[in-house]
Amino acid sequence: MSNGHEHAGDNEVTLERGRPASHTELSKRADWIRLRTVDLIAQAGLGHYSSTFSCAEIFATLYYHTLRLRPGEPDWPDRDRFLLGKGHVATGLWPVLADLGFYPRDWLKQFGSVGSPLNDHPNMRLAPGIDFSSGALGHNLSVATGIALAGRLSGRDYRTFVLTGDGELQEGQVWEAAMAASHYKLGNLVAVVDANGFSGSGPTSDAMNIEPLAARFSAFGWLTSEIDGHDIKALLAAFDGLPDPAGEQPVCIVARTRKGHGAALLEEAPQAWHLGLLPDPLREEVVAEIEARLA
Amino acid sequence: MTEPQEKQMVDVFSETEEKNEVSANPSGQALADLGDADSRVLALSADLANTLAEFRERHPGRYIELGIAETNSVSLAAGLATCGYLPYIFSMAPFGVIKCAEQLRTDVAYNHLPVRLVGRLSGLAMGFFGTSHHAIEDIAIARTLPNITIVAPADGNAVLSLIRSTASLDGPVFIRVSEGTTPVYDSVPVFERGRWPRLREGTDVTLIGHGMGVGLAMAAAAELAAQGVEAQVYDAAYLKPFDEQAIADAARSGAIVTVEDHSEVGGLGSIVAEVIGRRRLDTKLASIALPDADLEVGVPAELYEYYGLTPAGVAAAALKLTA
Repeated sequence: MSNGHEHAGDNEVTLERGRPASHTELSKRADWIRLRTVDLIAQAGLGHYSSTFSCAEIFATLYYHTLRLRPGEPDWPDRDRFLLGKGHVATGLWPVLADLGFYPRDWLKQFGSVGSPLNDHPNMRLAPGIDFSSGALGHNLSVATGIALAGRLSGRDYRTFVLTGDGELQEGQVWEAAMAASHYKLGNLVAVVDANGFSGSGPTSDAMNIEPLAARFSAFGWLTSEIDGHDIKALLAAFDGLPDPAGEQPVCIVARTRKGHGAALLEEAPQAWHLGLLPDPLREEVVAEIEARLA
Repeated sequence: MTEPQEKQMVDVFSETEEKNEVSANPSGQALADLGDADSRVLALSADLANTLAEFRERHPGRYIELGIAETNSVSLAAGLATCGYLPYIFSMAPFGVIKCAEQLRTDVAYNHLPVRLVGRLSGLAMGFFGTSHHAIEDIAIARTLPNITIVAPADGNAVLSLIRSTASLDGPVFIRVSEGTTPVYDSVPVFERGRWPRLREGTDVTLIGHGMGVGLAMAAAAELAAQGVEAQVYDAAYLKPFDEQAIADAARSGAIVTVEDHSEVGGLGSIVAEVIGRRRLDTKLASIALPDADLEVGVPAELYEYYGLTPAGVAAAALKLTA
């Protein structure tokens, strides 16, 4: 697939907010992300499948419709920011950023090798398009709050998005940030929770109950909604309906997802495929299932 | 240089009111001045509003109160720094580097971001409140982090100098403010990054201190001189990068005493020992520091007395080495 922006590598080309993308295109883009994720993990020998699959539609909608970006000028001060709180799904982001022109597609071939700028968790100093490094769960909502606050200080109208996992919300620092964001009335901050219901060792709320999620964010002063995170239509409605960034309430979108969604064998055993390497026959089965949808 | 004061140990709680504004709160004053000169400078308070009152009055729009939430403050500051700001986080020392080590490492140091962490009430300055309020491991933790600069000012004038002179550095800076210092500098000194000024000359023994340890070393040198022992004194204002050449020069005296309100593990004493070992320097070494043990609780002056962080304690260690 091509990104449809032939000059995206030129410095001045801006990918504007709300650029046209059909439901079908975005849905196919999500499956394309899944396929590339399977490829990259096969190349590297290890990776996070099921938690990347759960946020594929979120990635597709944000990067091919919602975010205001300038791939030829990754540090453009007015770009919308995207922070990957759940940094372990960077594998799904690498092909997207290459496709949009943040770096050459060739870079993907180095994924998994020593010296590659594209790591299993993202490093902002190595990969253009990464607004902040991540890997330590619970930090990025704080960082994003700082970036959103900087937008207020500088008078710029960018939005700052953070994708968090649901297990990540067990980290106490998240709630310090949630408190600060509403205290400073950061309507330019959007947290998207990839609520796939699982963390490393089992169902998230069996380990430590995080529900009711939306009510908790509401209680912290956030404007909260709850959607099906695999429903492109719902994602478009949520992102298109965001209040003006000048607003006074930070926004939390709880995206209910299924860990491993998009491949039956991953969704049936999301825990087993949180981190691993699909043996060839299973990998072929997953690829065949996704390719059948794309055909 | 001023003469050592009659009373060597200062209790920050009982004597703060007697000081003038700058000597009582040089870090707050320095930051307010810095804010006048550079609009990128932000003051972030983790419930340390009093220290930052001057900044807040002059630059209300650039003062950010974050409450009793230090870890959030450090990560949030990293976000601000990615947008071109220079955030200064003021926190009580035990809840700065020590509490936020991982945020400082992962969000700030690894990303080379210009966040400045100012730790007030370092060492045993809050020793009265319990061991939770001791801050004696911060240098050991911070110096393992790549890209960071660590400074420990010897007195109020050194605080003014080091806050100003580190403002333009690219990476993170940890400014460890030692309370209860005795004045060492008559005016605002000029420091070169990574260099230790020699404040006193002498060939019999070398005393090296940082923070409050510098004033103790100077007072100890005066006591030693009265006994016919000439001590040279270095101000280890920079702990990262540190002055390896100064340590090599100091070794020529054959006896080095380090002085610090920090654990004996990982601080100045360790830095000097590492260099001695690595360069195979021929010198004796004694470290006046806090023991790697459960510490006592009490008012700072009495605690420092208890642990030998006094001019007499330093002088005794020096005499033992030179005997």
